[in-house]
Amino acid sequence: MIPDEYLQTFVVECSELLEQMEQALLIVEQAAEDPEIINAIFRAAHTIKGSAGMFGIEPIVEFTHAAESVLDRVRSGGIAMDAVLAALFIEVHDHLQAMISRVAEGNQPFPEIDERSKILIAQLEAYLGEAKTEQPEQSAPAVHQPKLEREPGDTVAGTDLWHISLRFGPEVFRNGMDPFSFVRCLGKLGAIVELVTIIDAIPAAADMDPETCYLGFEISFSSDAGKADIDAVFNFVRSDCLIRILPPHSKIGEYQRLIQELPEQEMRLGEILVSCGTLTAEELNTMLRLQAQHGGEPQRPIGEVLVEQHLVSPPVVEAALEKQQQVKDNKRNEANLIRVDADKLDGLINLVGELIIAGAGTNLIARRAGMADLIESTATLSRLVEEVRDSALALRMVPIGATFNRFSRVVRDISKELGKDIDLVISGADTELDKTVVEKIGDPLTHLVRNSMDHGIEAADLRIARGKPAKGTLKLNAYHDAGSIVIEVSDDGGGLNKDKILAKAIERGLVSDGTGLSDKDIYNLIFEPGFSTADAVSNLSGRGVGMDVVRRNIQALRGSVDLDSVPERGSTIRIRLPLTLAIIDGFMVGVGNAAYVVPLDMVVECVELQAWVDSSDGHYLNLRGEVLPYRRLREHFGIDGEAVARENVVVVRYGERKAGLVVDKLLGEFQTVIKPLGKLFRGEKSLGGFTILGSGEVALIVDVPGLMAQVEHEKLIEQTAVAAAR
Amino acid sequence: MVNRRTKNQQNNRIAIEGELTIYTVLELKDKLLAGLSDNSELELDLSEVGEFDGAGLQLLVMVKQQATTLGKALRFTGHSSVVLDLIDLSGLAGFFGDPLLIVRPSTQ
Repeated sequence: MIPDEYLQTFVVECSELLEQMEQALLIVEQAAEDPEIINAIFRAAHTIKGSAGMFGIEPIVEFTHAAESVLDRVRSGGIAMDAVLAALFIEVHDHLQAMISRVAEGNQPFPEIDERSKILIAQLEAYLGEAKTEQPEQSAPAVHQPKLEREPGDTVAGTDLWHISLRFGPEVFRNGMDPFSFVRCLGKLGAIVELVTIIDAIPAAADMDPETCYLGFEISFSSDAGKADIDAVFNFVRSDCLIRILPPHSKIGEYQRLIQELPEQEMRLGEILVSCGTLTAEELNTMLRLQAQHGGEPQRPIGEVLVEQHLVSPPVVEAALEKQQQVKDNKRNEANLIRVDADKLDGLINLVGELIIAGAGTNLIARRAGMADLIESTATLSRLVEEVRDSALALRMVPIGATFNRFSRVVRDISKELGKDIDLVISGADTELDKTVVEKIGDPLTHLVRNSMDHGIEAADLRIARGKPAKGTLKLNAYHDAGSIVIEVSDDGGGLNKDKILAKAIERGLVSDGTGLSDKDIYNLIFEPGFSTADAVSNLSGRGVGMDVVRRNIQALRGSVDLDSVPERGSTIRIRLPLTLAIIDGFMVGVGNAAYVVPLDMVVECVELQAWVDSSDGHYLNLRGEVLPYRRLREHFGIDGEAVARENVVVVRYGERKAGLVVDKLLGEFQTVIKPLGKLFRGEKSLGGFTILGSGEVALIVDVPGLMAQVEHEKLIEQTAVAAAR
Repeated sequence: MVNRRTKNQQNNRIAIEGELTIYTVLELKDKLLAGLSDNSELELDLSEVGEFDGAGLQLLVMVKQQATTLGKALRFTGHSSVVLDLIDLSGLAGFFGDPLLIVRPSTQ
């Protein structure tokens, strides 16, 4: 059916449109009717129908057509978009999504999908039927839909002619019809006073498909026929054409609306006014002449002149101007976006990675050769490479907003399912992070959101009893912090039950008893693997269901997760993720003969170990009055050789924790291309990967969070061992 | 379709015969654009056009616009009655700017 090269585009385009549609629907469901939003829904449905029609996917065309007809009625004010209708349209949206995913798999829609289509179409048509009974009233020439008349332009425009705007769909010729035959047909109902053929849509030679119809008409029409009769002329092309019929003596507001609806881009203001019948060609000519006579002063916009001469009323000109501005804005936005295959970007980033390694090599050779000008030029080069790296990485960065917005739907559905009234508050949607991370964070986030809603937020009566508003709030927040991005999921629910968690953990053998555990430690026990069992749900009133899976997913992204909770006030889950997965600014340190890289973002400061007295072997040092745990990398990685006389401490920070890493030498900043370690090293938590130095040697990258966790874990074992010994 | 034949007696003149409709526009597009790129001045003889529809009309519009873009002179000549009829109906005579004999049929 669809050629492969178009299928992809079609599916991507439709999914984007559906996403827009969903967002608009969710807004509509809460807020009252906003014409802009209804238009957005209509446009999405209309475009999907158009694309589906181009590929001849009849079921989708048929289905969207029904939806579109209802939306059109909503737009014209015939039907109110209430919560019930919005809910129906959400179902329509889901069904379209199902159909399009069938198409994406290369299959024709299944029979059961057809069945579903029929049910939904019937529901949609019920709305149309209801509206039709009102229709005769609407279509009588002199009576107008009251909705439109509230506009400021209450004046009646002068013509006693019908005004008909037609924009034909691309398939008209291929369907064996000729736009002009409709014009001739119209000629039988009355006299065509003026007809302007709109040729603005005809593209330049290279892009023009001569079999696609690009034509449109603006017609002033004198007739005694009723609106229904005139309308009936276009029955054969109704589905894919834009048809607007304005009765004689229509209100200015209606003309304004017409101008806004017409798709033309290049049309000059004067032409718009003429073709809309607000102004005759002669009046326009007079205007142009007047404007020419004003020759001395700078060119005045024609709209201004027209208003001054009382030939058109200001609202009409404003509408036309607004339209022109919109066109410009649209063009700007379109020009600013390019769709690029993600694989190409990955390729680019790989190359930049290689470039950095090669650059480091050149740098090294230059320094070894001691040629001053060569060193200088490599310095310039590496600065440029650094910039290239940053902009290449920035290409992969996307705002997290799109991911967050998906949750408005999730929250809506789950709150209906659970019968709880829950608001979603999104902040920090502009925070950017790597595309790969965005894709992979969706599942864990969904899990957390579900958990918070299901088990976190209490039922309305309990909430009121606790003195909280009946409506629960779920917050999604994102921000940048110390080289990582933090995503927070917080709720104002009941919080976690510490005692139950501890009891459960002891029962599962995760901890021997609660001594020495802070509240936070206890809460975070729910992320332990042993915690996720079926009966944990009932015993613990939830939480901990598959939390270990969440943590594992996040750790796979080199991130971490932790949890804060206040009884009866709510809990906050904080996910911390690295900004990028490919290249980082590193800080290189030497231990013995080996080099290690610490992510520069995490380095707070470097101090000499001697200066801060190594009080005991308890692995703590006193850093300006602060207790800082430290660890010798030499010991940690089991490197042979004597310790050097002057050891240095690199103070690193991750989240709220700080630690010191004791090393032999500080080697300075180094751009680091992260290469993954082989399977053999999978068990080693304190290594995040490796990188190749300019000399061709390998340096290991220290995974600071992993190292900290390992140290803490060992400490915990030690403590319990000590406790047990007592 | 069968009776369509394109004469090319002179290089800078193309005559379209028979249909200038949805059935022929695809071929004609290439022919006319080729003619336009080969010559700095081109005359399109429409005297033998027997059938003319919206697709034909928009093709002529496109060719005309292309000629303007390329800065070449393109004239349509000898409009047959069907061509005149549709150009008149469309109100595009001014756009094409070729001298033509306007015969507005009396209103029915």
